[in-house]
Amino acid sequence: MADDLVNVQIDGTWHQFPKGTRMIEACRQAGVEVPHYCYHPKLSSPGNCRMCLVEMGMPPRPKPGEELTRDEDGRLPIQWMPRPVIACANTVSENLGIRTESALTKSCREGVMELLLINHPLDCPICDQAGECRLQEFSVEHGTGGSRFREDKVKKPKNVDIGPRVRLDDERCIMCSRCIRFTAEVADDPVLGFTERGSHTTLAVHPGRRLENNYSLNTVDICPVGALTSTDFRFQMRVWFLKEIESICTGCGRGCNTEVSSREGSILRQTPRENNEVNSTWMCDRGRLDFHYVNSEARLTQPLLKGSEGHRAVSWKIAVKTLADNLAGFESSKIAIIASARLTNEDLYLVRRLAQQLGVKELDVIARLGEDDGYLVAADRNPNSRGAALVLGLDSEPGSRVCGIRRDIESGKIAALLAIGEDLTSPEAGFSPALLSQLEFLGQIHHTANSTADAAAVVLPGATSFEKSGSMVNVTGRLQRLAPVVPLPGEAREDWVILRDLLQALDGGNGAGSSDEVFSLLAQEVSAFEGRTLAGISPLGEVLLETGETVPLLEREKERIAKGEIVG
Amino acid sequence: MSLSVPADIEKEIDERITHYPVSRRSAVLPVLHILQRHFRFLSEDAVSWTAAKLGLEPIQVLEVVTFYPGFRQEAPGKVHIRVCRTLSCAMAGSYELLDNLCQAAGIDASRMGHHHPFAVSKDGRFSIEFVECLASCGSAPVCLVEDELHERVSPETAPDLLARYS
Amino acid sequence: MSNVTYISGKEPHSREHRLIFRNIDRKGYDPGLKCYLKDGGYEQLKKAVTMEPKAITDEVKAAGLRGRGGAGFPTGLKWTFIPPTNTKPVYLICNADESEPGTFKDRYIMHQDPHQLLEGMAIACYAVGAKLAYIYVREEFPHAARILEEAIAEATKAGFLGKGICGSTFDLELYVHRGAGAYICGEETGLIESLEGKRPYPRIKPPFFPAVLGLYMSPTIVNNVESLCHVKHILAMGGAEYAKLGTPNNTGTRILCVSGDVQKPGYFEVQVGKVTLGEVIQDLCGGLKPGRKLQAVIPGGSSAKVLRADERFKLKRGDEMVEIGLEDIPMDFDSLAACGSMAGSGGVIIIDDSRKISWVLNNINSFYAHESCGQCTPCREGSLWMKKISDRIVAGKASPDDVATLESVANNIEGKTICAFGEACSWPTQSFIRKFREELVADTREELAGVPVNHETTLAAANLKN
Repeated sequence: MADDLVNVQIDGTWHQFPKGTRMIEACRQAGVEVPHYCYHPKLSSPGNCRMCLVEMGMPPRPKPGEELTRDEDGRLPIQWMPRPVIACANTVSENLGIRTESALTKSCREGVMELLLINHPLDCPICDQAGECRLQEFSVEHGTGGSRFREDKVKKPKNVDIGPRVRLDDERCIMCSRCIRFTAEVADDPVLGFTERGSHTTLAVHPGRRLENNYSLNTVDICPVGALTSTDFRFQMRVWFLKEIESICTGCGRGCNTEVSSREGSILRQTPRENNEVNSTWMCDRGRLDFHYVNSEARLTQPLLKGSEGHRAVSWKIAVKTLADNLAGFESSKIAIIASARLTNEDLYLVRRLAQQLGVKELDVIARLGEDDGYLVAADRNPNSRGAALVLGLDSEPGSRVCGIRRDIESGKIAALLAIGEDLTSPEAGFSPALLSQLEFLGQIHHTANSTADAAAVVLPGATSFEKSGSMVNVTGRLQRLAPVVPLPGEAREDWVILRDLLQALDGGNGAGSSDEVFSLLAQEVSAFEGRTLAGISPLGEVLLETGETVPLLEREKERIAKGEIVG
Repeated sequence: MSLSVPADIEKEIDERITHYPVSRRSAVLPVLHILQRHFRFLSEDAVSWTAAKLGLEPIQVLEVVTFYPGFRQEAPGKVHIRVCRTLSCAMAGSYELLDNLCQAAGIDASRMGHHHPFAVSKDGRFSIEFVECLASCGSAPVCLVEDELHERVSPETAPDLLARYS
Repeated sequence: MSNVTYISGKEPHSREHRLIFRNIDRKGYDPGLKCYLKDGGYEQLKKAVTMEPKAITDEVKAAGLRGRGGAGFPTGLKWTFIPPTNTKPVYLICNADESEPGTFKDRYIMHQDPHQLLEGMAIACYAVGAKLAYIYVREEFPHAARILEEAIAEATKAGFLGKGICGSTFDLELYVHRGAGAYICGEETGLIESLEGKRPYPRIKPPFFPAVLGLYMSPTIVNNVESLCHVKHILAMGGAEYAKLGTPNNTGTRILCVSGDVQKPGYFEVQVGKVTLGEVIQDLCGGLKPGRKLQAVIPGGSSAKVLRADERFKLKRGDEMVEIGLEDIPMDFDSLAACGSMAGSGGVIIIDDSRKISWVLNNINSFYAHESCGQCTPCREGSLWMKKISDRIVAGKASPDDVATLESVANNIEGKTICAFGEACSWPTQSFIRKFREELVADTREELAGVPVNHETTLAAANLKN
């Protein structure tokens, strides 16, 4: 659409917007919030909630022969219409007027609020949505405070099991249909629908069908009330106690932008954050719920050395020195390092330095390949394969040397192995405990106990992606930042800290004091990062590589925007 | 799929679907009408069958079935009677007509409610439903017995009406 | 009309002018094609397919035909809303979902003279360029659906439908689509959604004006049964001649459906505006029942605002304003609108002094609460709330405050919904309260103010029958 600007008066002030902008978006851009429930920029606009009704005006149609007089700014008079219009679906045009504070608009909002509440259970004290409920918010802002409703409320099903991860309370539902539209328009799994009619309208799944697709929890995010709640998050915490930090999901190479909520060091939920270059406003359920391991009993919390009676805890100083001494005791050609494409660029930069320091040539990461689901889950299940390839300077596909390393261990060519951020006995890595036992030395840096750590002489407790700062590069080549959300358990340390200390112990002399500094060193050495800083990466990331790769879900969204079906 | 649709009914359905060359989904109502005519009501299986037939999700069919009072989800009596409740008929005595019909058929009208719009007589011969405007206000009160419209049915003649279908 | 004889006892009233209903109750007339052809049937279609489509639209415009479904929108103008640049297929739908309480005209056309409708539709399709058309028949008319299908089969066989109609290059596929009992399907866009196999949720306008984004997102014309029948007669008479029937801006004939408290309720085809409401009651319907007085009239289907018997109205006669009583209101679109109500679908409901106003209003509110599709908030929540309040007024369980609440709930619905159902369900309440406040308040009890209600108990105690 051409940037054909039109003049629009909002609450008495004139603004300019591209012609065709939805009134609700124009208001938002002008700093005027129009309350709404059913409208969602990524979904079609049914205009059903009527909360965004505003007073609208246009220049009067001149009588034959009459000419309207313009004011000194060239504006025509506005004739206000007696009937309110919905701001979500109507678009702006030249000399249009919008009143969001007028008596008519206010009475519309009061009326709609009252009607939305008459059959609502008002069970806020036990509702998970309380605190982030649009019904509560707009009730305070636009409601009357009292209730004239004296009848019995309509009874509907409660605590309905509609799928493994989502619960439904039909009495709380305000029939905005966002969830239905999401499942039909975005997830292509139209299992939700309305049954019955009128005031008895009921959100439902068909008996025998479930809302169980990998995007089901997005319905909870977009539900403006507490009708749909997350089975995982239900009754865990009042939302106003949550501390929210922006980060990215590391479940696959998409790097969906997230907001991670925690309380007193425990992560309680993860929700998507809008980024129209990455994940729109959605994320998959698997990635979203993949944080419970952070609180696992199996977390490594102390540096460990293996002795005749198994592992024992030692100080960091001793552990790091032992690791350094052991590695230094092998010929370069006998050492291999297997890092992880789940590590940050900063971690990986120090791995690179470590390899250089030790003269190690056998260096790779573990590949994790699955299938692209056509939505957001990328075929590459590692969050930072592109970063690993760039930073480690891998000359072949990440993971392609691992098979050779396994052979070399078998043949005895490799005698010492350092595994960083990977359990080598995982199916993706494919090392058997027997193979690992052939090594003369095995060191492990990881956040959670595993079979590799079992076999390792030195085990250093690292950090999960929820506990570290740093950057990653997603499958489309976008450089994004992740942030520490919760503190590290016990004595565990961020991987870059461990690696820096290891390098120092090997007399590598890297004195980086922060991940920002590590990034600066990286930027000096790896040309793709040149001129960038970690702090300078925007919350929405930035393009690092032009890969030409597109995200099918985003492409579909663009098509719908072009057709005017959604705002985007 | 446990719904067994006779071949001739399925043939009729397939022919109906051809009336909607642009979208099979449009055939939801006609398919449901044919199934209801044959089975007397629309079971969960009928919903699933229809969905499979038209390439839809079952909920997309259930949404439609539950919207329209013309579709029944429970078995009616052998003869289903719909009495008009709306203004002109009510003014002409349709509430009394309903009561008298229920009484004559041995139907407990108190069992009729939002989720069970009609009630069936103990012997299963009749079911009665109070419905909205049947668009015959000039000859009120009226009722539809199966497909037959009966006009100017004075409440006193309720037993006679039932007798015609016994 | 002289050569037409009618079934004894069903003869048209002398005030009638039968065009559409010419063959209704006609002696020896049957719905078959042979009978229709004997009477000059399909001659207008034969003529139409030799004309420029635009010329037909122009005739309909010149005739001044206004939609007979409820809104009274000019039919010819509606047809011209299809974008001239359109490249998508155009569809035409006949709205035979007759469901506005008080209206009962379409059934007779479909039962007794189906080819008249088919001919009107075929002409309209030719005019707007539609090659696929549906007749959306309400579920409660099973015979109408069957008769129409038989008529379509006959007409197709005879070359009046199907490929190469009447030897021209005009093709038309026409099907009957049965509804399933929902008032909302009478709303154009709700009907379209229903025909698409979805819940009949009306669409927002803009952007979904049917003539632009209608059935399958293609231009679609939705016309009422009666309106489409008129097209045939307009072509036969010529638009200008047709426009001489009725009154200026309210041309032609229309079928009034009268029910309620009159001696002889029924259907009457009259020239628009040529009879008054009083004549309808006294002449056409034989007056009120013995000893009864007129209390109120709902002049255009149950959603039309009620008129009170002793009300005075100001109407423009020529250049001057005159004050008239209810009985003097001419039955046309503009006069009824000027009197604060509407001609709507032509359904006139007469209410005499034996009726309790609260009961009448409650009956209407029950209808709209039942028929609200539930898509948008004000109507979904408000229509049932209004019913619940009026339930209590009827049951003597309401306070005077409840009447005020009832009125404000209606005000919170009107003008705030997706479709005109919002008005349809709020106008009765608004107008009944405005005009019969005293009667309604008389049914309430001051001491019940603010007392919480258990609705089920209230209803159990209520006698809603009279």
